[in-house]
Amino acid sequence: MIPAAFEYVRADSADAAIAALAEHGDDAKLLAGGMSLIPLMKLRLATPTVLVDLGRVTDLSYVRDGGDHVAIGALTRHRDLETSDLLATACPALRGVAAEVGDNQVRHRGTLGGSVAHGDPASDLPAVLLALDATLVARGSGGTRAIPAADFFHGFLETALAPDELLTEIQVPKAAGGWNYQKFNRRAQDWAIVGALAVRNGSTRVALVNMGATPVRARAVEAALAAGASAADAAAVAAEGTEAPADLNGSSEYREHLARVLVRRALEAAGL
Amino acid sequence: MQISITVNGVAQTHDVEPRTLLVQYLREASGLTGTKIGCDTSSCGACTVLFDGESVKSCTMFAAQADGGTVTTIEGLAPSSDEMHAVQQAFHEEHGLQCGFCTAGMVMAAAGFLAENPDPTEREVRLGLEGNLCRCTGYHNIVQAVLSAAKKLQGAR
Ligand SMILES: Cc1cc2nc3c(=O)[nH]c(=O)nc-3n(C[C@H](O)[C@H](O)[C@H](O)COP(=O)(O)OP(=O)(O)OC[C@H]3O[C@@H](n4cnc5c(N)ncnc54)[C@H](O)[C@@H]3O)c2cc1C
Ligand code: FES
Ligand code: FES
Repeated sequence: MIPAAFEYVRADSADAAIAALAEHGDDAKLLAGGMSLIPLMKLRLATPTVLVDLGRVTDLSYVRDGGDHVAIGALTRHRDLETSDLLATACPALRGVAAEVGDNQVRHRGTLGGSVAHGDPASDLPAVLLALDATLVARGSGGTRAIPAADFFHGFLETALAPDELLTEIQVPKAAGGWNYQKFNRRAQDWAIVGALAVRNGSTRVALVNMGATPVRARAVEAALAAGASAADAAAVAAEGTEAPADLNGSSEYREHLARVLVRRALEAAGL
Repeated sequence: MQISITVNGVAQTHDVEPRTLLVQYLREASGLTGTKIGCDTSSCGACTVLFDGESVKSCTMFAAQADGGTVTTIEGLAPSSDEMHAVQQAFHEEHGLQCGFCTAGMVMAAAGFLAENPDPTEREVRLGLEGNLCRCTGYHNIVQAVLSAAKKLQGAR
């Protein structure tokens, strides 16, 4: 399958990418790892007329110690997250979940920024950012702004990013406590039918993958735990407030059941 | 647009349309048809090649993204025309294939994986090849072949 024709622009810096977006407006799309965008273009579900390739913006690929947080360049690949020594101690949940994304080939190309900017509720990494209250830094022609993860995901494939904005950095609070991610799928390389993440960082935070149009926090579970409930009792309310999709992989009811089971397993494996 | 890629050690320059996929480029511009197109939807791994030493699905990458880089395909893996690469040799010895359609991709994925993890457990091999589907073998002999290649490569070190 061949994508529709497009004009190819190679950006060699974040500023050049922003300028290209400003020049071409809605017709332009950024290309990071291409692991979500190229399949859509091949199916002609996405038909950008200008593609701005970020592949050479290497100064946006890093994992740095930011004091109370880890600062990660938007173009950092999943592979670099899953092998990061800094993340192994400062944020093992992010490192561990990155290793669950797709397969080796996908992780060699796909980026954290792309995973987040795509806004797919079935993506794994947004759950970590949401659970840990990460901050997303976006830069556009109008300047730079910091967006809390809780305000970033607006709907299915919709985010807070403006069409002329580039995600440059993701700041993830350090969290060295226990964590566990339960990803339920049928084939090893696939997206989660449902995913459940538990991270203990002071309080216990729980996030769900593919249980709505966006990744979501399981607030009812968190509240129950804070009030002293056991892992099993807290997990019983895991589907509360969710709007689980129904598709070939399962009905909404099936997903709600999975959420309850997976949240219990994640909480227990995280040491609760 | 004009792109230059070093394919199997040979520098090549071609004029391509930006939408040319790397797999198309390799098969049609470079004439290297060892790399297969299976699913064409990023799932099966039959199109796996090494880009700058790392396994990638060449059906999910534009040739333009590989401009300036190096690509190794199944044709370029063996050290010489009368000697197979350890992974190829092991697939042969352990009967790691039946119809052979997935084999080029499997071998390239395995070679890339062993470069990153030279001493894997069986489970790590299975996880390392999760991006490659085989409709014939049931994977058992493929996994045995990769484990055997790992031993050989370690012995050679
Ligand atoms: C076979 C396969 C299996 C997969 N399995 C999983 C899985 O199990 N779990 C999972 O989470 N993901 C999975 N993925 C998707 C993968 O994680 C992608 O890497 C990710 O979704 C997108 O990242 P990318 O860098 O490839 O982005 P691209 O595909 O290049 O871009 C995606 C979108 O984000 C935009 N974008 C990219 N970077 C930026 C930026 N810096 N600023 C603003 N906008 C930007 C693009 O314009 C585009 O709209 C899979 C992909 C494949 C092909
Ligand atoms: S042909 Fe590329 S993954 Fe199947
Ligand atoms: S040997 Fe036939 S698909 Fe693997």
